[in-house]
Amino acid sequence: MAEVVLSVRNLSVSFNTPDGVVHAVNDVSFDLQAGETLGIVGESGSGKSVTAGSLMRLNNSVTATTTGNVVVNGVDVLNCTEDEVRGIRGQDIAMVFQDPLSALNPYYSVGAQIAEAYQVHHADASKDEVEQVVIDMLTKVGIPHPETRLHQYPHQFSGGMRQRIVIAIALVNKPKVLIADEPTTALDVTVQAQILDLMMDLQRETNMAIILITHDLGVVAEVARDVLVMYGGRVVEKASINDLFVAPTHPYSWGLLGAVSSLEDLQRGHLKTIAGTPPSLISIPSGCAFHPRCEFYEGVGSRCSSEVPELRTISSGQSMSACHLDDVQIVSIGKSKVLQ
Amino acid sequence: MYLFIARRLFFAVLLLLAVSLVTYLLFSVLPVDPAALTCGKNCKPDLIAANRVRLGYDKPVLEQYWLFLKGIFVGRDYGMGQAAFSCPAPSLGYSFSQHQCVTTLIGKTFPVTAYLSLGAFVLWMLIGIGSGAVAALNKGKWQDRLANAFTAVGVSLPTFYVGLLVLFSVVIWLGILPFPHYASPFEDPIAFFQAMILPWLTLAVLSAASYTRLTRNGMLEAMNEDFVRLGVAKGLKRSVILRKYVLRSALVPIVTIAGLDFAALLGGAIITESVFTLPGMGKLSIRAVVESDLPVLVGTTMVAAVFIVLANVLVDILYGVLDPRVRTK
Repeated sequence: MAEVVLSVRNLSVSFNTPDGVVHAVNDVSFDLQAGETLGIVGESGSGKSVTAGSLMRLNNSVTATTTGNVVVNGVDVLNCTEDEVRGIRGQDIAMVFQDPLSALNPYYSVGAQIAEAYQVHHADASKDEVEQVVIDMLTKVGIPHPETRLHQYPHQFSGGMRQRIVIAIALVNKPKVLIADEPTTALDVTVQAQILDLMMDLQRETNMAIILITHDLGVVAEVARDVLVMYGGRVVEKASINDLFVAPTHPYSWGLLGAVSSLEDLQRGHLKTIAGTPPSLISIPSGCAFHPRCEFYEGVGSRCSSEVPELRTISSGQSMSACHLDDVQIVSIGKSKVLQ
Repeated sequence: MYLFIARRLFFAVLLLLAVSLVTYLLFSVLPVDPAALTCGKNCKPDLIAANRVRLGYDKPVLEQYWLFLKGIFVGRDYGMGQAAFSCPAPSLGYSFSQHQCVTTLIGKTFPVTAYLSLGAFVLWMLIGIGSGAVAALNKGKWQDRLANAFTAVGVSLPTFYVGLLVLFSVVIWLGILPFPHYASPFEDPIAFFQAMILPWLTLAVLSAASYTRLTRNGMLEAMNEDFVRLGVAKGLKRSVILRKYVLRSALVPIVTIAGLDFAALLGGAIITESVFTLPGMGKLSIRAVVESDLPVLVGTTMVAAVFIVLANVLVDILYGVLDPRVRTK
């Protein structure tokens, strides 16, 4: 069994806003092993980005209340000093952001920004050494002519190139965990594949673990080994990528997979959706957050609206689901949904 | 870059020419007879006529303008024979009410305005950026509210009101400072500071208000930027992030506006100088307005225009230095 590099236990995050308390993340737990790729999927507002931010304690410290444990390299990120967490950021965990156009500081050359990330954790590195590291990093992420391009500014690069630079910044200290928060959403489809390939190549090289946050099931299918499906700030299904697509175990996952459009659907002229709208995180529906949109709510009854379902292993398989349907039903409905 | 500067300078010169022409024409259509203003109560028709010829007001307006322009570069002679006198280049004309060359008058008054502007400028940038930064770092707390109140008050109170209030309370009621009497800083530094401190503070506090808001909002906006988040994710210290990431990006618009504000001030802080009886260019302009001293008005207007146009060029160049995105275009 590979080394566990990141361990998240009972992570909950809420934000105080003028409109009320937003419960963005509720009781999320998972482990991450070296070399593993974990996908976190869910629609906007499902809590996936806030989860990612908490892993590095990036959320606004004034408005956010975070509880639980996030242990990296033996240190609990959520319950340590500011100095300790600074030592972990960029060194043990690094992050790639969604929009490479805004993630780079427009006032400094890209070389300076990569160098800065290295120097934070290598204060005594010589100037020549730093420059060599920067050039190596740029080469690694596939920027041609790194010696000249390191002097250029972010706006002189294309979106895909900028994301490569953000990745270079993230990986310059060879972190154990890379959090990629929608790393390809802002990019063209062709560039998306290149960036994903690059991340996978670098993962093989350094054996880092990757958390890939996305709403794009296609991206997850391509690269992840395991998947967490989030809804209303909770994990509703935890499965290997294969199981998720072959035998999904949660009504929300069924809806998500059903909504993946194929060419046939387009020809028929309509797209499948999940009825209803995502819940407001200020007033999350009682019980199972998904019950107002769930087609099986009628069948199961009041438990769905009164009792929060536990995440449990569904019979025989490895998948875990948080649903009040019984195992037999889940397995059979899951199969029939996939066949459709 | 150099081409950019050269082009900007070329257009700046064109713009100044246009400003001078418009100013000159505007003042020349005023319903006053400059020659009649040269001699006050002693005026007799033949004296007026003689002065008119002597000062060149008998010529067509465009020719007068041409002589004015020429004077800037080669100086200008007035009259003939015994009554002849000259204003050396750069000549901006001759003040018939103060009986001096305009350049001399501006030369005497400009240092006062420059000291006033420079001191006030330094103070207001310190106060404005400082209080704006404090407000941004303590968003929603009492520091922020105080800064907000200060902004509202500072923006809405006029200089003449605050100036008089300060003068009244500090000098007359409290008697902390003597009544300001301007002295050159090289001759009597103490008197200089005593005369300047109140106008400096008045101008600085009132002008700082908008910079407080600019800095606060700029920093708050920058704090929400993804690149600041990335800075945090790198493990950078808060102080480094604030300096290299947050303040840096808030500074660009501040520099732009500060350059223009400072230039406008150099043209003469008319109200402040009047309230605190500082013999600067603003005071000179006011007197010229009251006495319909057109050559002085044209002169001070031109000087102010030069500063504003130059500041525009400078700010454009500085903008390129500060923001690499502008530089490469």
